[in-house]
Parts: sequence; structure tokens; C-alpha cells
Amino acid sequence: MQTKDINENIEWAKINADVLRSMENPRIGYWIAVVCCVLMVSCAVAAEVYQYQTGMGVANLNWPHMWDLYIASFVFWIGMSHSGTLLSAILHIIQADWRKPIYRFAEAMTTFSLMTAGLFPILHLGRVWNLYWVLPYVSDRGVWPNFRSPLIWDAFAITTYLTSSALFLFVGMIPDLAICRDNARGWRQKLYTVLSLGWQGDDRQWRNFRKIYLLMACFLIPLAVSVHSIVSADFAMSIMPGWHVTTFPPYFVAGALYSGCAAIISLFIILRYFFRFDDYMTLPILEKVCKLTFAIAMVWTYLVLMEFAATWYGPDMVEKEALIGRFTGAYAPLFWLMLFCAIVVPFTLASQKLRRHLPTMFVVSLILNLGMFLERYMIVAPTLALSYQPFAFDVMWGSMVEWAIVFGSFGWFGLLFLIFVKVFPSVSMYEVKEMVFHRRNYHSDELATQLHRRADDPQPIQQPGTEGA
Amino acid sequence: MKRFYVMGLFSNFDEAFSTISEIRQHAIPGVSVDDVTLKSPIEHPEIEEVLGDRGSPVPKFTLFGALFGIIFGFLFLASAQATFLVQPQGGKAVVPIPSNIVLTYEMLILFGVLSTLVGFLISAKMMTRRHPLYSEKVSLDQVGVMLELDEKNVDQVKNLFKKHKVLEIREEVSQ
Repeated sequence: MQTKDINENIEWAKINADVLRSMENPRIGYWIAVVCCVLMVSCAVAAEVYQYQTGMGVANLNWPHMWDLYIASFVFWIGMSHSGTLLSAILHIIQADWRKPIYRFAEAMTTFSLMTAGLFPILHLGRVWNLYWVLPYVSDRGVWPNFRSPLIWDAFAITTYLTSSALFLFVGMIPDLAICRDNARGWRQKLYTVLSLGWQGDDRQWRNFRKIYLLMACFLIPLAVSVHSIVSADFAMSIMPGWHVTTFPPYFVAGALYSGCAAIISLFIILRYFFRFDDYMTLPILEKVCKLTFAIAMVWTYLVLMEFAATWYGPDMVEKEALIGRFTGAYAPLFWLMLFCAIVVPFTLASQKLRRHLPTMFVVSLILNLGMFLERYMIVAPTLALSYQPFAFDVMWGSMVEWAIVFGSFGWFGLLFLIFVKVFPSVSMYEVKEMVFHRRNYHSDELATQLHRRADDPQPIQQPGTEGA
Repeated sequence: MKRFYVMGLFSNFDEAFSTISEIRQHAIPGVSVDDVTLKSPIEHPEIEEVLGDRGSPVPKFTLFGALFGIIFGFLFLASAQATFLVQPQGGKAVVPIPSNIVLTYEMLILFGVLSTLVGFLISAKMMTRRHPLYSEKVSLDQVGVMLELDEKNVDQVKNLFKKHKVLEIREEVSQ
């Protein structure tokens, strides 16, 4: 049983070899996954072409349901993007070195989630050819973006977040790209030579690298919080019942972290299994991610309950009716399922035994994300179904076109991620080396016992020298 | 005048640091620690104690970028909004401060990040040709100590490297 975050006796050359091996010769399972993702994307493309030619009516979008699955999916994917970069930046600043083997794919997840999220407002526009109207360029053509609208804030915030996250991911990869350059041949060598920007690993480069990485991390933390606060403002700035809520920004940020952490658990287990990264994506690290997810789940649960309580004890009758409508109305089954998935299921993360059982954790992480997807849907649909005026009451369910596009978005994300893990190192080689170096040189046995072992774990003397290998 | 570059590859940081410490203590006349470039697979946490504090100008770029982002962001928005004068405003401000603060904040971060990146590329001398003495072993598991020297010091440096169990010595002459 693995009891340490990483085996400090692992050779640096082995780290390079293991990670570089993961980028070579895709196995049959990889190609099957690629084909599945391509088929999912094809569904979405076909649906979008149909919607483009026919009109937004085929998505069942009509007053009062002008927003529905598209905006829910947008919020979901923006939320998924949060944990990667935000947690990576926070853990980097507080020098939690267990992030090092897992942050790379989490940051990639951020970038690809944002690229997926960014598609939904475009698809939702209907008139996609007018997309550039959201840009605040000085114009005498009568294009006047409304700067008071949170939708314009979204355009700014998401552009900034996507740019910064992608740069954060790229900058963090530069030393690894140099390793790839030194070991690759053919087109890969040319690609890595360009992308590694002439990295040589000298002290000047390391010194400045540390600075930029720290400074970017400092920028990204408030940026990530601001992005999801702004996404919450899409709802909270309106006067719709259930949306005009003061706690929406922290509620959205907590929800984003929650779904992102759950996605990290899913991808952690997939990469560990398929790329045999047992030495790097260890059970103790998974346990830490699970504990973090559980803590965030409890914060999110608290905010949900507070929102219910504030509405229940508040003076606004329409808000109260909208809340009761969620518990008892047409969307009640989905609402109760959401509460079960996102509030009850996370308690499995509190179990030490279950946290170490990979199949269970994989299923739990998928259920948590199902819960968070439903949560976004339950923010949007019930409020639109039970607005202020009774003549506006209308229950709407997503059409096949909407569901096909949402389904395809998962394929799009999966496809980007699959390409990433075969072209770029999904584990940070130089940071794992640093982690091993630090653990080997600066951790005393007593501290290691305190940090990595529990009372009922085997004692260090009983550990084989090649633990985790 | 010919300049000589000599690089020793060591199996670990301890040997490399011992070598640099001797250079710091003027073991070889005419060679100082400022002539040393350390190449390594990771950044050693105590490297400044050996090489001295060499500083980094990247934070200055960050500060400049952030300030530029604030000023440019606000003026960019305000100039776009100024074209709205032809629209009836209904009593609302032409340049709305609260919403502009949100957008200016995003511009602060965007330009701060971009400027930091530019600062890094310049300060770290990225996007330049790799040094002829660059060794792939440095990206694997060895530590390189490279010195820029006059010809008269080359043999002394090599002897110093050998004293500290160097694995390999490479040299290059530039005009």
C-alpha cells in the first residue's frame, strides 16, 4: 500500500522515461476513446448546423425560456475550469508540493474547459456572425456594446482567463518541453524546439522562471475568483426570483471549485490507470484531493442551505414560491437528484477506506459532476419556469438539438484532452524531480512520518525500497 | 580576443556547489563567481547562497504591465463609451464607473500577465540559440557548471573540476 506522496528514491532518469513513454505509441484504448469523442463532436456539429439553418426554435428556446441548457452548460464548463488553475496557483503559493505530479493535467483541464465553455455563448447567439459585437471597439457603425451588462463582462473576463490560464500552462511546461526536445525526433523535435523557446536550464532562466511562475499564480487567483463572480452576475444582476441573490458570487466560486475538484479526481484515476502513473499519481495524493473536494463540498452545501434559509425566512413571496417550486414542481425529481448527488454523495469522501478505492472514487467523482451539472440546470430552468407573472409560467425541457450539443461538448473536451496527453507531458517532470529532491534532502524521518503516515500504516522500516515503483 | 567556455558536468548539486564555492573563494585568480553559469534539471532552493543574489527584473515588468492595464483599460472603455453620446442616456452616466471598474480590473490582470511574460522572455534570454556547450544530460539528471574564461585559466578550472569528481568536461572557443 502506498503511504507516501512520492517515493523519494525514484531516479530522475526514470521520471523522464516514464513520462516520455506516456506520450508514445497510443494503445488501442486511446484510439477507441478518440473515435468516441469524434463521434460525440460530430453529433454536436450536425445539431448546430441544423440549428443554424433552421433557427433557435429547434432548441426549444422561446420566451420565457430564452436561456436553458446552453447557459447551464456554459456555467458548468466555466466551473470545471476553475479548480485546475486556481488550485494549482494556490497550492504553488503555499508551497504544497503534492500538487506537482497532478497540476499539469489539471491546468490543461482548465484551458480545455474554457475552450468548451466559450462555444456555448456563440452557439446561443443564434446569429453567430455577429459575435464580434461583444467586443468594445470604438465604432461609428452603430455597434454599441452595453458595458453595464454582465454578458460583456463575461467576454472580458473569459478572454482574460483563457489567455492567462493558457500562458500559465505553457510557461509551466517550458522546462519539460526542453526535455521533450532533447529526446524527440522528427516533427515532434521541431515542435518542441519551437515551444521550448531555447530553454537550457541555466540559473538565469530558472531564476526568472520562478519569478514569472509565482507572479502569474498571484494574478490567477483573484482572476479565477473574479471570472466566476462575473458569471454569477449574469444571473444575480437580474431581478428574477432565485437569481437576485447576494451570495451568488461565492456560491458560484465554491460550486466551480467543487466540480473542478471532482473532475480532477476523474482524470487523476483515468491517467493513473491508462498511463501507469502509479509512482506519481499516488494514493496519498488522491486522498488529499478527495479531502479537499470534501471540504469544498461542505462549503458549497452550506451556501446552498443558506440560500434556502434566506429565501424561506425572507419577505419576498415570489422568491419563496420559486423555491417551493423547485422542491415540488415539474423539475423536482432533478432537483432532489441534484441534492443527493452534490450533498449526500460527497460524504463518501470522508471515508478513509473509500478514498483509497479507485473504482469507487471514480464513480463518486462522476456522480459529483452529474450533481453539479444538474445544479446549474436547476439554477436556470425552474426560475424561468416560475417567474413573477403567472401567464409566464411554463415548463420547458431541452430538445434533442440542445442535448446533442451538450453531449458533443463532452466529446470536444475529451478530444482536446486526449490530444494534449499524447503531445505534451501530462506530469511535470522537473517539478516531480524537485519534489523527490526536496523529500530526499530536507525531510527528516520524523517529519516524513508525521506528514505521510497514519497510525495504522506500516512503519517505515517495513516499506520496501522501491515502494510505489 | 578569444574567450574560452568550459563546462563540467557533475552527478549532483553538492559537487557542483563545492566547485563554485572554491571559485567564490578565489581559488583561481582572475576567475570570479560572476563568470559562472549553473545549468541544472531543477532549480536548487539554496542556489542564491552559492551564486549570490543575481536578482530578476521580471516584477518590474509586471508592475508596468498592471499599471498600463489599468490606464489603457479604462481609457479604452471610456473612449468606446464616448461614442455613445449620440444615444439617449436616460440619465445614466456615459462612462459608468462601477461597471468600468470590473472591466478595468480584468485589463489590469491581462496586461500584467502579458507584460510579465515579455519580462521573462527578455530577462531569461529566451528565444536565443542554445549554447554550443549545452548538454542534454542537464535536462536529465546532471548538473553543469560553465565558466567563461581567458585561455590562461582553462587548465586550472579543469583541474578544479576534476578535484570535485566531474563526470565530463566540455569546452568551446569563441572569437
